[in-house]
Amino acid sequence: MVTEKDVEHIGELADIGIDTNELATFTGQFNAIVDYFDVLDRVRGDGTVSRDLYNILRDDEIEPSLPREEALRNAGAQEDGFIKAPRVM
Amino acid sequence: MAEHTIRFEPDDRYNAFLTVCPHPDHGKGDLSGIAVAVKDNISTLGIETTCASKILKGYVPPYDAHAVTLLKGAGAAIAGKTNMDEFGMGTSTENSAFGPTLNPRDTGRVPGGSSGGSAAAVAAGMVRMALGTDTGGSIRCPAAFCGIVGLKPTYGRVSRYGLIAYANSLETIGPMAANVSDVSLLMSIIAGHDRRDSTSYDRPYHHTPSTDVKGLRIGIPKEYFGAGVDPEIAATVRRAIGRLEELGATTVPCSIPSMEYALAAYYVICTSEASSNLARFDGVRYGPAADTKKSWHAAYQDVRKQGFGPEVRRRIMLGTFALSSGYYGKYYAKAQVARENVRKDFARLFTDVDVLCGPTMPTIAFKLGEKSDPLSMYLSDILTVPVNLAGIPAISVPCGKVQGMPVGLQIMGRPFEDERVVDAAYAYEQAVKA
Repeated sequence: MVTEKDVEHIGELADIGIDTNELATFTGQFNAIVDYFDVLDRVRGDGTVSRDLYNILRDDEIEPSLPREEALRNAGAQEDGFIKAPRVM
Repeated sequence: MAEHTIRFEPDDRYNAFLTVCPHPDHGKGDLSGIAVAVKDNISTLGIETTCASKILKGYVPPYDAHAVTLLKGAGAAIAGKTNMDEFGMGTSTENSAFGPTLNPRDTGRVPGGSSGGSAAAVAAGMVRMALGTDTGGSIRCPAAFCGIVGLKPTYGRVSRYGLIAYANSLETIGPMAANVSDVSLLMSIIAGHDRRDSTSYDRPYHHTPSTDVKGLRIGIPKEYFGAGVDPEIAATVRRAIGRLEELGATTVPCSIPSMEYALAAYYVICTSEASSNLARFDGVRYGPAADTKKSWHAAYQDVRKQGFGPEVRRRIMLGTFALSSGYYGKYYAKAQVARENVRKDFARLFTDVDVLCGPTMPTIAFKLGEKSDPLSMYLSDILTVPVNLAGIPAISVPCGKVQGMPVGLQIMGRPFEDERVVDAAYAYEQAVKA
Protein backbone atom coordinates (compact mmCIF):
# COMPACT_ATOMS: atom_id res chain seq x y z
CA MET A 1 0.00 0.00 0.00
CA VAL A 2 1.52 3.28 -1.16
CA THR A 3 0.54 6.27 1.00
CA GLU A 4 0.33 9.96 0.13
CA LYS A 5 3.41 10.45 2.28
CA ASP A 6 5.29 7.90 0.12
CA VAL A 7 4.25 9.68 -3.07
CA GLU A 8 5.33 13.01 -1.62
CA HIS A 9 8.73 11.50 -0.75
CA ILE A 10 9.15 9.98 -4.22
CA GLY A 11 8.19 13.30 -5.78
CA GLU A 12 10.96 14.95 -3.74
CA LEU A 13 13.53 12.34 -4.79
CA ALA A 14 12.58 12.77 -8.44
CA ASP A 15 12.43 16.60 -8.26
CA ILE A 16 9.03 16.39 -9.89
CA GLY A 17 7.32 19.10 -7.83
CA ILE A 18 4.01 17.84 -6.47
CA ASP A 19 1.23 20.07 -5.19
CA THR A 20 -0.71 18.80 -2.18
CA ASN A 21 -3.92 18.83 -4.22
CA GLU A 22 -2.36 16.32 -6.64
CA LEU A 23 -1.37 13.79 -3.98
CA ALA A 24 -4.68 11.92 -3.73
CA THR A 25 -4.97 11.33 -7.48
CA PHE A 26 -1.36 10.22 -7.92
CA THR A 27 -1.58 7.96 -4.85
CA GLY A 28 -4.75 6.25 -6.13
CA GLN A 29 -3.21 5.64 -9.54
CA PHE A 30 0.04 4.45 -7.95
CA ASN A 31 -1.76 1.86 -5.88
CA ALA A 32 -3.66 0.44 -8.86
CA ILE A 33 -0.45 0.18 -10.88
CA VAL A 34 1.71 -1.20 -8.07
CA ASP A 35 -1.00 -3.80 -7.29
CA TYR A 36 -0.71 -4.90 -10.90
CA PHE A 37 3.11 -5.06 -10.59
CA ASP A 38 2.67 -7.62 -7.79
CA VAL A 39 2.24 -10.31 -10.47
CA LEU A 40 6.07 -10.19 -10.54
CA ASP A 41 6.00 -12.10 -7.23
CA ARG A 42 5.17 -15.14 -9.36
CA VAL A 43 8.34 -14.86 -11.47
CA ARG A 44 10.57 -17.92 -11.08
CA GLY A 45 14.16 -18.40 -12.24
CA ASP A 46 17.40 -16.67 -11.36
CA GLY A 47 17.66 -14.66 -14.55
CA THR A 48 21.25 -15.68 -15.12
CA VAL A 49 22.44 -14.14 -18.34
CA SER A 50 25.19 -15.74 -20.37
CA ARG A 51 25.60 -14.45 -23.88
CA ASP A 52 29.31 -14.76 -24.62
CA LEU A 53 29.58 -11.01 -24.95
CA TYR A 54 32.76 -9.11 -24.28
CA ASN A 55 33.66 -5.45 -24.11
CA ILE A 56 35.01 -3.85 -27.23
CA LEU A 57 37.25 -0.97 -26.24
CA ARG A 58 38.78 1.62 -28.52
CA ASP A 59 41.53 4.13 -27.97
CA ASP A 60 40.36 7.37 -26.42
CA GLU A 61 41.14 9.61 -29.35
CA ILE A 62 40.37 13.29 -29.15
CA GLU A 63 38.03 14.30 -31.96
CA PRO A 64 36.29 17.54 -32.85
CA SER A 65 33.15 18.11 -30.78
CA LEU A 66 30.38 20.70 -30.77
CA PRO A 67 31.69 24.26 -30.92
CA ARG A 68 31.07 26.12 -27.66
CA GLU A 69 28.54 28.52 -29.17
CA GLU A 70 26.51 25.57 -30.51
CA ALA A 71 26.58 23.83 -27.16
CA LEU A 72 25.42 26.99 -25.40
CA ARG A 73 22.67 27.85 -27.87
CA ASN A 74 19.87 26.06 -26.00
CA ALA A 75 21.06 26.87 -22.48
CA GLY A 76 18.65 28.79 -20.26
CA ALA A 77 21.33 30.98 -18.71
CA GLN A 78 25.01 31.44 -19.43
CA GLU A 79 27.92 33.48 -18.19
CA ASP A 80 31.44 33.92 -19.56
CA GLY A 81 31.00 31.08 -22.04
CA PHE A 82 29.71 28.63 -19.45
CA ILE A 83 26.25 27.26 -18.72
CA LYS A 84 24.85 28.82 -15.56
CA ALA A 85 23.05 26.51 -13.12
CA PRO A 86 21.02 27.21 -9.97
CA ARG A 87 23.06 27.57 -6.78
CA VAL A 88 23.98 24.31 -5.04
CA MET A 89 25.16 25.68 -1.68
CA MET B 1 24.63 17.65 -50.86
CA ALA B 2 21.22 19.27 -51.26
CA GLU B 3 20.43 19.96 -54.90
CA HIS B 4 16.78 20.86 -54.90
CA THR B 5 13.90 21.73 -52.70
CA ILE B 6 10.35 20.46 -52.76
CA ARG B 7 7.17 22.13 -51.61
CA PHE B 8 5.48 20.51 -48.66
CA GLU B 9 2.21 22.14 -47.62
CA PRO B 10 0.02 19.35 -46.26
CA ASP B 11 -3.61 19.77 -45.27
CA ASP B 12 -2.94 18.65 -41.70
CA ARG B 13 -6.46 18.45 -40.32
CA TYR B 14 -5.37 15.56 -38.04
CA ASN B 15 -2.69 17.45 -36.08
CA ALA B 16 -0.14 14.91 -37.30
CA PHE B 17 2.68 17.46 -37.48
CA LEU B 18 4.22 19.58 -34.75
CA THR B 19 6.56 21.26 -37.23
CA VAL B 20 6.14 21.41 -41.01
CA CYS B 21 9.12 22.22 -43.24
CA PRO B 22 7.48 23.89 -46.25
CA HIS B 23 10.55 23.94 -48.52
CA PRO B 24 12.87 21.09 -47.48
CA ASP B 25 16.11 20.47 -49.38
CA HIS B 26 16.91 17.13 -50.86
CA GLY B 27 19.79 15.46 -52.66
CA LYS B 28 20.24 12.45 -54.92
CA GLY B 29 19.81 8.82 -53.97
CA ASP B 30 17.28 6.06 -53.43
CA LEU B 31 14.90 8.48 -51.68
CA SER B 32 15.58 11.46 -53.93
CA GLY B 33 12.90 14.10 -53.46
CA ILE B 34 10.70 11.87 -51.30
CA ALA B 35 9.11 13.70 -48.37
CA VAL B 36 9.82 11.77 -45.16
CA ALA B 37 8.27 12.74 -41.83
CA VAL B 38 10.31 12.29 -38.65
CA LYS B 39 8.92 11.66 -35.17
CA ASP B 40 9.61 14.57 -32.86
CA ASN B 41 11.85 12.62 -30.46
CA ILE B 42 14.47 12.18 -33.22
CA SER B 43 16.98 15.04 -33.37
CA THR B 44 17.03 17.16 -36.52
CA LEU B 45 19.72 19.78 -37.05
CA GLY B 46 18.17 23.24 -37.06
CA ILE B 47 14.57 21.96 -36.75
CA GLU B 48 12.77 22.30 -33.41
CA THR B 49 12.56 18.93 -31.61
CA THR B 50 10.22 18.85 -28.62
CA CYS B 51 9.27 15.20 -27.91
CA ALA B 52 5.76 16.75 -27.74
CA SER B 53 6.75 18.21 -24.36
CA LYS B 54 6.60 21.75 -23.05
CA ILE B 55 9.96 21.11 -21.40
CA LEU B 56 11.64 21.06 -24.82
CA LYS B 57 9.59 23.82 -26.45
CA GLY B 58 12.01 25.89 -28.49
CA TYR B 59 14.82 23.33 -28.38
CA VAL B 60 16.69 23.26 -31.69
CA PRO B 61 19.21 20.39 -31.90
CA PRO B 62 22.73 21.29 -33.00
CA TYR B 63 23.09 17.91 -34.76
CA ASP B 64 21.16 15.26 -36.70
CA ALA B 65 20.32 11.81 -35.41
CA HIS B 66 22.27 9.15 -37.32
CA ALA B 67 19.08 7.91 -38.99
CA VAL B 68 18.34 11.44 -40.22
CA THR B 69 21.89 11.81 -41.59
CA LEU B 70 21.33 8.58 -43.52
CA LEU B 71 17.95 9.80 -44.84
CA LYS B 72 19.51 13.02 -46.09
CA GLY B 73 22.37 11.04 -47.63
CA ALA B 74 19.80 9.03 -49.57
CA GLY B 75 18.27 12.21 -50.96
CA ALA B 76 15.17 12.37 -48.76
CA ALA B 77 13.46 15.67 -47.97
CA ILE B 78 12.77 16.04 -44.23
CA ALA B 79 9.17 17.21 -44.41
CA GLY B 80 8.56 17.88 -40.73
CA LYS B 81 8.31 16.56 -37.21
CA THR B 82 5.39 14.46 -36.13
CA ASN B 83 3.22 14.50 -33.04
CA MET B 84 3.55 11.81 -30.38
CA ASP B 85 2.79 10.95 -26.80
CA GLU B 86 5.11 13.12 -24.70
CA PHE B 87 8.56 11.45 -24.70
CA GLY B 88 6.91 8.33 -26.19
CA MET B 89 4.88 7.64 -23.07
CA GLY B 90 1.48 6.51 -24.24
CA THR B 91 -0.58 4.38 -26.59
CA SER B 92 -2.86 7.01 -28.14
CA THR B 93 -0.92 10.26 -28.88
CA GLU B 94 -3.34 11.95 -26.46
CA ASN B 95 -0.42 12.60 -24.08
CA SER B 96 1.04 15.25 -26.38
CA ALA B 97 1.46 18.70 -24.82
CA PHE B 98 0.32 20.11 -28.16
CA GLY B 99 -3.03 18.32 -28.51
CA PRO B 100 -3.89 14.83 -29.74
CA THR B 101 -3.50 13.55 -33.28
CA LEU B 102 -6.75 12.27 -34.84
CA ASN B 103 -7.06 8.97 -36.65
CA PRO B 104 -7.56 9.67 -40.37
CA ARG B 105 -9.79 6.55 -40.63
CA ASP B 106 -12.19 7.95 -38.01
CA THR B 107 -11.46 11.33 -36.48
CA GLY B 108 -13.38 10.41 -33.34
CA ARG B 109 -10.72 7.82 -32.57
CA VAL B 110 -7.06 7.92 -31.57
CA PRO B 111 -4.34 7.02 -34.10
CA GLY B 112 -2.54 4.87 -31.52
CA GLY B 113 0.79 5.78 -30.07
CA SER B 114 3.21 6.84 -29.38
CA SER B 115 4.17 7.39 -33.06
CA GLY B 116 0.61 8.51 -33.85
CA GLY B 117 1.62 11.58 -35.86
CA SER B 118 3.89 9.56 -38.16
CA ALA B 119 1.15 6.95 -38.70
CA ALA B 120 -1.54 9.54 -39.38
CA ALA B 121 0.72 11.48 -41.80
CA VAL B 122 1.27 8.28 -43.81
CA ALA B 123 -2.34 7.05 -43.56
CA ALA B 124 -3.68 10.42 -44.75
CA GLY B 125 -1.28 10.41 -47.70
CA MET B 126 0.58 13.53 -46.52
CA VAL B 127 3.93 11.69 -46.79
CA ARG B 128 4.96 8.41 -48.40
CA MET B 129 7.01 7.29 -45.42
CA ALA B 130 7.94 8.25 -41.90
CA LEU B 131 10.28 7.40 -39.06
CA GLY B 132 8.77 6.27 -35.80
CA THR B 133 10.22 4.85 -32.62
CA ASP B 134 9.11 1.72 -30.76
CA THR B 135 9.74 1.24 -27.04
CA GLY B 136 6.79 -1.03 -26.23
CA GLY B 137 4.80 -1.02 -29.46
CA SER B 138 4.93 2.64 -30.48
CA ILE B 139 5.45 1.88 -34.18
CA ARG B 140 3.27 -1.22 -34.45
CA CYS B 141 0.27 0.07 -32.48
CA PRO B 142 -0.34 3.22 -34.56
CA ALA B 143 0.42 1.27 -37.74
CA ALA B 144 -2.34 -1.19 -36.77
CA PHE B 145 -4.81 1.52 -35.69
CA CYS B 146 -4.29 3.62 -38.84
CA GLY B 147 -4.07 0.75 -41.33
CA ILE B 148 -0.45 1.13 -42.44
CA VAL B 149 2.74 -0.96 -42.17
CA GLY B 150 5.32 -0.48 -39.39
CA LEU B 151 8.50 -2.38 -38.58
CA LYS B 152 10.13 -2.54 -35.16
CA PRO B 153 13.68 -3.59 -36.11
CA THR B 154 15.92 -5.89 -34.10
CA TYR B 155 17.48 -3.94 -31.20
CA GLY B 156 20.88 -2.69 -32.35
CA ARG B 157 20.19 -2.71 -36.05
CA VAL B 158 19.29 0.99 -36.33
CA SER B 159 21.44 3.53 -34.48
CA ARG B 160 19.81 5.35 -31.56
CA TYR B 161 22.29 8.23 -31.82
CA GLY B 162 20.18 11.40 -31.65
CA LEU B 163 17.05 9.59 -30.44
CA ILE B 164 16.10 11.40 -27.24
CA ALA B 165 16.18 8.57 -24.72
CA TYR B 166 13.14 7.37 -22.79
CA ALA B 167 13.85 3.67 -22.11
CA ASN B 168 17.06 2.99 -23.95
CA SER B 169 17.32 -0.79 -23.42
CA LEU B 170 13.94 -1.24 -25.13
CA GLU B 171 13.57 1.41 -27.81
CA THR B 172 14.55 1.61 -31.45
CA ILE B 173 13.92 3.81 -34.48
CA GLY B 174 12.02 2.12 -37.31
CA PRO B 175 10.25 2.64 -40.65
CA MET B 176 6.53 3.28 -41.29
CA ALA B 177 4.82 3.43 -44.70
CA ALA B 178 1.63 2.54 -46.55
CA ASN B 179 3.06 -0.72 -47.90
CA VAL B 180 5.71 -3.34 -47.12
CA SER B 181 8.00 -2.40 -50.04
CA ASP B 182 8.37 1.17 -48.79
CA VAL B 183 8.96 -0.01 -45.22
CA SER B 184 11.68 -2.31 -46.54
CA LEU B 185 13.19 0.49 -48.64
CA LEU B 186 13.31 2.87 -45.69
CA MET B 187 14.80 0.15 -43.47
CA SER B 188 17.58 -0.38 -46.04
CA ILE B 189 18.52 3.29 -45.66
CA ILE B 190 18.51 3.56 -41.85
CA ALA B 191 20.03 0.20 -40.79
CA GLY B 192 23.74 -0.31 -40.23
CA HIS B 193 26.55 0.27 -37.80
CA ASP B 194 27.18 3.58 -36.04
CA ARG B 195 30.08 3.91 -33.63
CA ARG B 196 28.26 6.65 -31.71
CA ASP B 197 25.69 4.11 -30.43
CA SER B 198 27.47 1.58 -28.23
CA THR B 199 24.65 -0.96 -28.76
CA SER B 200 24.84 -0.71 -32.56
CA TYR B 201 25.50 -3.91 -34.53
CA ASP B 202 27.16 -4.11 -37.92
CA ARG B 203 24.16 -5.71 -39.63
CA PRO B 204 23.10 -3.65 -42.63
CA TYR B 205 19.81 -4.45 -44.35
CA HIS B 206 19.99 -5.03 -48.10
CA HIS B 207 16.82 -6.80 -49.03
CA THR B 208 14.16 -6.92 -51.70
CA PRO B 209 10.94 -8.39 -50.29
CA SER B 210 9.96 -11.86 -51.54
CA THR B 211 6.50 -13.44 -51.54
CA ASP B 212 7.88 -16.96 -51.11
CA VAL B 213 6.65 -18.38 -47.79
CA LYS B 214 6.58 -22.06 -48.81
CA GLY B 215 7.68 -24.15 -45.87
CA LEU B 216 7.66 -21.18 -43.46
CA ARG B 217 6.80 -22.46 -39.98
CA ILE B 218 4.49 -20.08 -38.13
CA GLY B 219 3.97 -20.37 -34.37
CA ILE B 220 0.56 -19.29 -33.05
CA PRO B 221 0.96 -18.36 -29.37
CA LYS B 222 -2.32 -19.02 -27.57
CA GLU B 223 -1.83 -15.96 -25.34
CA TYR B 224 -2.27 -13.75 -28.42
CA PHE B 225 -5.81 -15.06 -28.88
CA GLY B 226 -6.86 -15.35 -25.25
CA ALA B 227 -8.60 -13.26 -22.62
CA GLY B 228 -8.59 -9.52 -23.30
CA VAL B 229 -8.32 -9.89 -27.08
CA ASP B 230 -11.45 -8.83 -28.98
CA PRO B 231 -12.83 -12.08 -30.51
CA GLU B 232 -13.55 -10.33 -33.81
CA ILE B 233 -9.91 -9.24 -34.00
CA ALA B 234 -8.73 -12.76 -33.15
CA ALA B 235 -10.94 -14.17 -35.94
CA THR B 236 -9.71 -11.59 -38.46
CA VAL B 237 -6.08 -12.36 -37.66
CA ARG B 238 -6.70 -16.12 -37.82
CA ARG B 239 -8.14 -15.67 -41.32
CA ALA B 240 -5.00 -13.74 -42.32
CA ILE B 241 -2.78 -16.54 -41.01
CA GLY B 242 -4.98 -18.96 -43.00
CA ARG B 243 -4.05 -16.97 -46.08
CA LEU B 244 -0.36 -17.54 -45.36
CA GLU B 245 -1.12 -21.28 -45.02
CA GLU B 246 -2.73 -21.24 -48.46
CA LEU B 247 0.56 -19.80 -49.73
CA GLY B 248 2.49 -22.79 -48.36
CA ALA B 249 3.27 -21.88 -44.74
CA THR B 250 2.50 -24.30 -41.91
CA THR B 251 1.20 -23.35 -38.47
CA VAL B 252 2.13 -24.73 -35.07
CA PRO B 253 0.21 -23.97 -31.85
CA CYS B 254 2.51 -22.77 -29.07
CA SER B 255 2.62 -20.85 -25.81
CA ILE B 256 4.61 -18.01 -24.20
CA PRO B 257 4.12 -18.63 -20.45
CA SER B 258 6.09 -15.51 -19.46
CA MET B 259 3.34 -13.35 -21.02
CA GLU B 260 1.70 -13.63 -17.61
CA TYR B 261 4.09 -11.04 -16.20
CA ALA B 262 5.69 -9.50 -19.33
CA LEU B 263 3.60 -6.33 -19.20
CA ALA B 264 4.38 -5.69 -15.52
CA ALA B 265 8.08 -6.29 -16.20
CA TYR B 266 7.95 -3.90 -19.14
CA TYR B 267 6.38 -1.09 -17.12
CA VAL B 268 8.83 -1.51 -14.24
CA ILE B 269 11.82 -1.42 -16.60
CA CYS B 270 10.63 1.43 -18.85
CA THR B 271 9.66 3.68 -15.94
CA SER B 272 12.95 2.93 -14.15
CA GLU B 273 14.94 3.85 -17.24
CA ALA B 274 12.77 6.94 -17.75
CA SER B 275 13.42 8.16 -14.20
CA SER B 276 17.13 8.13 -15.00
CA ASN B 277 17.01 9.32 -18.62
CA LEU B 278 14.66 12.23 -17.97
CA ALA B 279 16.72 13.54 -15.06
CA ARG B 280 18.59 15.67 -17.62
CA PHE B 281 15.55 17.90 -18.18
CA ASP B 282 16.13 20.51 -15.51
CA GLY B 283 16.11 23.78 -17.45
CA VAL B 284 19.88 24.18 -17.40
CA ARG B 285 21.26 22.99 -20.74
CA TYR B 286 17.99 23.21 -22.71
CA GLY B 287 14.32 23.92 -22.27
CA PRO B 288 12.66 26.69 -20.26
CA ALA B 289 15.30 28.38 -18.11
CA ALA B 290 15.63 27.39 -14.46
CA ASP B 291 15.68 30.27 -12.00
CA THR B 292 19.39 30.37 -11.13
CA LYS B 293 18.73 32.46 -8.03
CA LYS B 294 16.82 29.63 -6.38
CA SER B 295 18.38 26.54 -4.80
CA TRP B 296 18.75 23.74 -7.33
CA HIS B 297 16.04 21.50 -5.83
CA ALA B 298 13.49 24.31 -5.87
CA ALA B 299 14.53 25.49 -9.35
CA TYR B 300 14.39 21.97 -10.86
CA GLN B 301 11.04 21.21 -9.25
CA ASP B 302 9.56 24.41 -10.72
CA VAL B 303 10.80 23.62 -14.22
CA ARG B 304 9.79 19.95 -14.14
CA LYS B 305 6.35 20.53 -12.63
CA GLN B 306 5.51 23.06 -15.33
CA GLY B 307 7.32 21.32 -18.18
CA PHE B 308 6.26 17.68 -17.87
CA GLY B 309 2.71 16.43 -18.44
CA PRO B 310 0.90 14.15 -15.96
CA GLU B 311 1.85 10.81 -17.59
CA VAL B 312 5.54 11.73 -17.75
CA ARG B 313 5.53 12.81 -14.10
CA ARG B 314 3.71 9.60 -13.17
CA ARG B 315 6.24 7.40 -14.97
CA ILE B 316 9.26 9.23 -13.56
CA MET B 317 7.83 8.74 -10.06
CA LEU B 318 6.95 5.08 -10.68
CA GLY B 319 10.50 4.43 -11.86
CA THR B 320 11.99 6.29 -8.93
CA PHE B 321 9.82 4.12 -6.67
CA ALA B 322 10.79 0.83 -8.41
CA LEU B 323 14.49 1.68 -8.04
CA SER B 324 14.31 2.96 -4.46
CA SER B 325 15.90 1.05 -1.62
CA GLY B 326 13.45 -1.38 -0.07
CA TYR B 327 11.57 -1.88 -3.36
CA TYR B 328 14.40 -2.52 -5.83
CA GLY B 329 14.48 -6.27 -5.16
CA LYS B 330 10.70 -6.64 -5.31
CA TYR B 331 10.23 -4.73 -8.58
CA TYR B 332 13.30 -3.90 -10.67
CA ALA B 333 15.33 -7.05 -9.96
CA LYS B 334 12.26 -9.28 -10.49
CA ALA B 335 11.44 -7.48 -13.73
CA GLN B 336 14.92 -8.25 -15.05
CA VAL B 337 14.42 -11.96 -14.29
CA ALA B 338 11.03 -11.80 -16.01
CA ARG B 339 12.66 -10.13 -19.01
CA GLU B 340 15.18 -12.96 -19.27
CA ASN B 341 12.33 -15.49 -19.08
CA VAL B 342 10.55 -13.73 -21.98
CA ARG B 343 13.76 -13.88 -23.99
CA LYS B 344 14.17 -17.59 -23.20
CA ASP B 345 10.55 -18.32 -24.20
CA PHE B 346 11.10 -16.71 -27.60
CA ALA B 347 14.45 -18.47 -28.07
CA ARG B 348 12.84 -21.83 -27.28
CA LEU B 349 9.98 -21.26 -29.73
CA PHE B 350 12.32 -20.08 -32.48
CA THR B 351 14.17 -23.42 -32.42
CA ASP B 352 10.94 -24.93 -33.82
CA VAL B 353 9.24 -22.12 -35.78
CA ASP B 354 10.51 -19.36 -38.06
CA VAL B 355 8.08 -16.62 -37.05
CA LEU B 356 5.26 -16.06 -34.58
CA CYS B 357 1.95 -14.51 -35.62
CA GLY B 358 -0.86 -12.82 -33.71
CA PRO B 359 -2.78 -9.56 -33.51
CA THR B 360 -0.77 -6.35 -33.03
CA MET B 361 -3.37 -4.85 -30.70
CA PRO B 362 -6.13 -6.51 -28.67
CA THR B 363 -8.75 -3.97 -29.84
CA ILE B 364 -9.41 -1.52 -32.65
CA ALA B 365 -8.42 2.13 -32.14
CA PHE B 366 -10.15 3.49 -29.06
CA LYS B 367 -12.29 6.59 -29.02
CA LEU B 368 -10.64 9.86 -27.99
CA GLY B 369 -10.77 10.11 -24.20
CA GLU B 370 -11.93 6.51 -23.78
CA LYS B 371 -8.92 5.35 -21.72
CA SER B 372 -8.69 7.96 -19.00
CA ASP B 373 -7.29 5.58 -16.39
CA PRO B 374 -3.50 5.03 -16.79
CA LEU B 375 -3.54 1.29 -16.00
CA SER B 376 -6.23 0.53 -18.60
CA MET B 377 -4.09 2.30 -21.20
CA TYR B 378 -1.03 0.26 -20.13
CA LEU B 379 -2.97 -3.00 -20.50
CA SER B 380 -3.54 -2.37 -24.20
CA ASP B 381 0.23 -2.86 -24.77
CA ILE B 382 0.12 -6.53 -23.74
CA LEU B 383 0.72 -7.94 -27.25
CA THR B 384 3.51 -5.57 -28.28
CA VAL B 385 5.82 -5.29 -25.25
CA PRO B 386 7.20 -8.88 -25.24
CA VAL B 387 9.04 -8.11 -28.50
CA ASN B 388 10.82 -5.12 -26.93
CA LEU B 389 11.79 -7.10 -23.83
CA ALA B 390 13.40 -9.71 -26.11
CA GLY B 391 14.87 -7.22 -28.62
CA ILE B 392 13.48 -9.15 -31.60
CA PRO B 393 12.04 -7.75 -34.86
CA ALA B 394 8.29 -7.49 -35.48
CA ILE B 395 6.11 -5.98 -38.19
CA SER B 396 2.47 -4.93 -38.25
CA VAL B 397 0.66 -5.24 -41.58
CA PRO B 398 -3.02 -4.41 -42.20
CA CYS B 399 -5.16 -7.57 -42.38
CA GLY B 400 -8.78 -6.48 -42.54
CA LYS B 401 -11.29 -4.44 -40.61
CA VAL B 402 -13.49 -4.74 -37.54
CA GLN B 403 -16.32 -2.21 -37.16
CA GLY B 404 -14.85 -0.37 -40.12
CA MET B 405 -11.48 0.13 -38.39
CA PRO B 406 -8.16 -1.43 -39.48
CA VAL B 407 -6.70 -4.51 -37.77
CA GLY B 408 -2.97 -5.30 -37.72
CA LEU B 409 -1.36 -8.71 -38.17
CA GLN B 410 1.82 -8.85 -36.10
CA ILE B 411 4.67 -11.05 -37.33
CA MET B 412 7.58 -11.57 -34.93
CA GLY B 413 10.94 -13.10 -35.87
CA ARG B 414 14.34 -14.25 -34.64
CA PRO B 415 16.92 -11.60 -33.76
CA PHE B 416 18.41 -10.10 -36.97
CA GLU B 417 15.81 -11.81 -39.15
CA ASP B 418 13.99 -8.57 -39.96
CA GLU B 419 14.10 -9.71 -43.60
CA ARG B 420 12.01 -12.78 -42.80
CA VAL B 421 9.20 -10.87 -41.05
CA VAL B 422 9.21 -8.39 -43.94
CA ASP B 423 8.86 -11.26 -46.44
CA ALA B 424 5.97 -12.87 -44.55
CA ALA B 425 4.19 -9.50 -44.39
CA TYR B 426 4.89 -8.90 -48.07
CA ALA B 427 3.55 -12.33 -49.05
CA TYR B 428 0.32 -11.64 -47.17
CA GLU B 429 -0.03 -8.09 -48.52
CA GLN B 430 0.50 -9.16 -52.14
CA ALA B 431 -1.87 -12.14 -51.80
CA VAL B 432 -4.78 -10.05 -50.53
CA LYS B 433 -4.07 -7.32 -53.07
CA ALA B 434 -4.26 -9.76 -55.96
